[in-house]
Amino acid sequence: MKRALLLLLAFAVGTTSAETILIRNARVHTADVAGTIENASVLIADGVIRGVGRDITAPVDARIIDAAGRPLTPGLFAGLNQIGLDEVSLEISTVDSAYVPGATLPSPGIEMRPEFDVTLAFNPESLLIPVARVEGYTFTLLSPQAGAGGTLIAGQGGIATLDGIYRSVPASSRTLFIAMGGGTSVLTGNSRAAQFMLLDQALRETAPVGALRDSDPRVLTANGREALAGFVHGGRVVFSVDRAVDIRRALDFAKRVGMKPVIAGAVEGWKVIDALKAADAAVAIDPLQNLPGSFDQLGATLDNAARLHAAGITLVITQSGDASHNARKNRQSAGNAVAHGLPWEAALAALTANPARVFGVNDRGRIAVGLRADLVLWNADPLEVSSYAERVFIEGREQSTRSRQTELRDRYRLD
Amino acid sequence: MKRTDETAAMKPHRLKMQLCLGFGLLTTMLGAHAAEPFASTYQALPSTPTLIRDATVLIGDGTRIDLGDVLLREGRVVEVAAHIEVGADVSVIDAKGRWVTPGIIDVHSHLGVFAQPGVTGHQDGNEMTAAVTPNVWAEHGVNPQDPGFEAALAGGVTSMLVLPGSANLIGGRGVILKNVRAETYQAMKFPGAPHALKMACGENPKRVYGTKGQAPMTRMGNVAGYRQAFADAQAYRREWDKYAAELKVFGKPVSRKNQDKKAEAPQPPKRDLKLDTLVGVLKGEILVHNHCYRADEMATMIDVSKEFGFHIAAFHHAVESYKIADLLAENHICGALWADWWGFKMEAFDGIQENIAIVDRVRDGCAIVHSDSAEGIQRLNQEAGKAMARGNRMGYAITPERALRWLTQNPAQAMGIAAQTGTLKSGKMADVVIWNRDPFSVYALADQVFIDGALVLDRSRPNPKPRSDFMLGAEMEVTP
Repeated sequence: MKRALLLLLAFAVGTTSAETILIRNARVHTADVAGTIENASVLIADGVIRGVGRDITAPVDARIIDAAGRPLTPGLFAGLNQIGLDEVSLEISTVDSAYVPGATLPSPGIEMRPEFDVTLAFNPESLLIPVARVEGYTFTLLSPQAGAGGTLIAGQGGIATLDGIYRSVPASSRTLFIAMGGGTSVLTGNSRAAQFMLLDQALRETAPVGALRDSDPRVLTANGREALAGFVHGGRVVFSVDRAVDIRRALDFAKRVGMKPVIAGAVEGWKVIDALKAADAAVAIDPLQNLPGSFDQLGATLDNAARLHAAGITLVITQSGDASHNARKNRQSAGNAVAHGLPWEAALAALTANPARVFGVNDRGRIAVGLRADLVLWNADPLEVSSYAERVFIEGREQSTRSRQTELRDRYRLD
Repeated sequence: MKRTDETAAMKPHRLKMQLCLGFGLLTTMLGAHAAEPFASTYQALPSTPTLIRDATVLIGDGTRIDLGDVLLREGRVVEVAAHIEVGADVSVIDAKGRWVTPGIIDVHSHLGVFAQPGVTGHQDGNEMTAAVTPNVWAEHGVNPQDPGFEAALAGGVTSMLVLPGSANLIGGRGVILKNVRAETYQAMKFPGAPHALKMACGENPKRVYGTKGQAPMTRMGNVAGYRQAFADAQAYRREWDKYAAELKVFGKPVSRKNQDKKAEAPQPPKRDLKLDTLVGVLKGEILVHNHCYRADEMATMIDVSKEFGFHIAAFHHAVESYKIADLLAENHICGALWADWWGFKMEAFDGIQENIAIVDRVRDGCAIVHSDSAEGIQRLNQEAGKAMARGNRMGYAITPERALRWLTQNPAQAMGIAAQTGTLKSGKMADVVIWNRDPFSVYALADQVFIDGALVLDRSRPNPKPRSDFMLGAEMEVTP
């Protein structure tokens, strides 16, 4: 317990009003080295997990919740998406997820804006947040999109917590997003080769003064140079790319310029396991992508997740479709990956511990002493489509089970 | 070219045929069935008599048999019973309690018309040149080499309705296919199945045309568009009826004798391919499948259908069906629905996960789980599992055998093929799936799939080569 308190101080958690709760008699899936612990208890105080195990005694002021053997997991990751940035996708007035100067400016030329910070549009009161949260999703990666009229550098994102509280994204989660491959070539003069040409030019502009003449055309603003420079010494960069050879080139580029790569999409990731391993790159994939939606995805297979995991690649599960409104489908995608060979524990980690670690919020995503108490109590197997979240805790606070959708349901339900 | 020539060659016979068939079938001839253009050439694959023994059998009509036997012979379901004795000629599969269902039927697919990969050359599902295009047929856009067909088969899908997209108020005819490998859509075409007509409410037509400054720009314009189209169809039908009546008189041998020898035979009106289709709808030969999200718009469409005297088989997507479940049931209209899609556009904003269960809850309610997606069609069983669970969380106690109707009997009924498939009843097509476990689980996989009694998928013996020509070569491992 003393150790737990020390860890608590180390994390300097800002939530003070959360109650003390003991969840007992749970099947605790820690997504951590402790694995799964049957008949275990988890003690929460001040928003932090204070105890995990079979011999936890409840403080006198603790609220006791008997899990009756049901599964308790870390809060789930909603994916790389636009929750809080995109309310109704086809209504442009409700969408803030992409910086597309070409949509508003006449002939803007190339204007790369790595300083575009999409998290400044995040609406913690978005109606999408409770919809995802009541299904057990507690954190998400706000991901800027490379839209028509924009450039391949989509901008910066970061981790948002889905408790509806206004706060800045953790600095440790700050991530740059670069879209590459065939789907992006329309933004780069109709050739994916130009993606490296343009990125190299941008990087050159970040070099010390004197590397360019004043008359040289530029693609970055002064703020953009500073922002991009911030990612070239180990900064985290998500490269959205599917084709095997494009993944290799993105990894080579990242290594050359000193970026820490995460490959998103990675439909053909299973073909380039050697390169992913060498780069120590995590991948964020949609395990359901098994069709060649484009010529970048001819190698699409339902085995992708299992093969990548078996090779030791860190997996994060996300979605390729409407990843914001349908974020709740993430656990179904994970279950399908299990049906196609991914170990169950690895699937849970890909929804919890892995995204937390990969995206810089390692104080979440696992059930371990000292971590933030983001927890979900399920009625049954959390990866099964018939299961649902019974109780959701974020930083020790039990969340409402209501959303606009449950309100609609209760207005129209028939007995 | 060949087909044009055949049509031309038939002309001299037309008058005689019309005389033989008479008044009632006249416009039928000119519509879906006459001369049967693009007729089905489907042939059931060779099959061996098969007994599936000791299975958990979901019949598809809401009933089940635990540890039952299913006998398939000559492409048909022969018998489903607690125990069936068979001779040595029958191949026996011991299901060991595994689950058996009818083949899954998707009432809303765009496989083939938006084939993978999604390149511009494969965009064949939306004729976005006019808002009313009942003259176009989805089958003319179906690419049988779409890799999505084989992926859907792995999900137990044996039949599907391929529809045009929803850009248009009236998007064209849909076609029902059996999910077999073929080089032509005719060879996949479900024998004896009616055509469908795709119609669309709401945002898509008004966005596609309104942004071009054309009609429709509003929901008002949408409704004006449907009504004018069907008013035109009524007038066209009257022209043909009049012609048929004249022809009947002209064709009578007695009256002919008395006629002036110079009297000319009545001339048929000019065929209008758009109105041929709509007359087929008015006559109930072509079934209406109506993309429509909002409750108020569905009520509008019901009134339009009553004004012109046609029936809507199903509202598709229909995310607000739960608001008017009783109205749909009273009008015998199915709701073809997703388990949980919502919010991607304004008219989808009120989607809830209980939609399917509530539509199923009312008396005579007809709920269907549909996909509208090359991904979703691969796991309609899971989508139904989600919907069932959400219903049960509200206390509905929906059984697996009941929920299975959403995937088999109900879509078959909405598509007009319930007499041939959709349940494991004697005499029905032997479209059957053996699942490795409860099919409503996220972990469920189809072990074996039969179409007309032929084993077309065996998970333990995957095909060494992909079914789609497009995918040849892609399965080969790369050498780094």
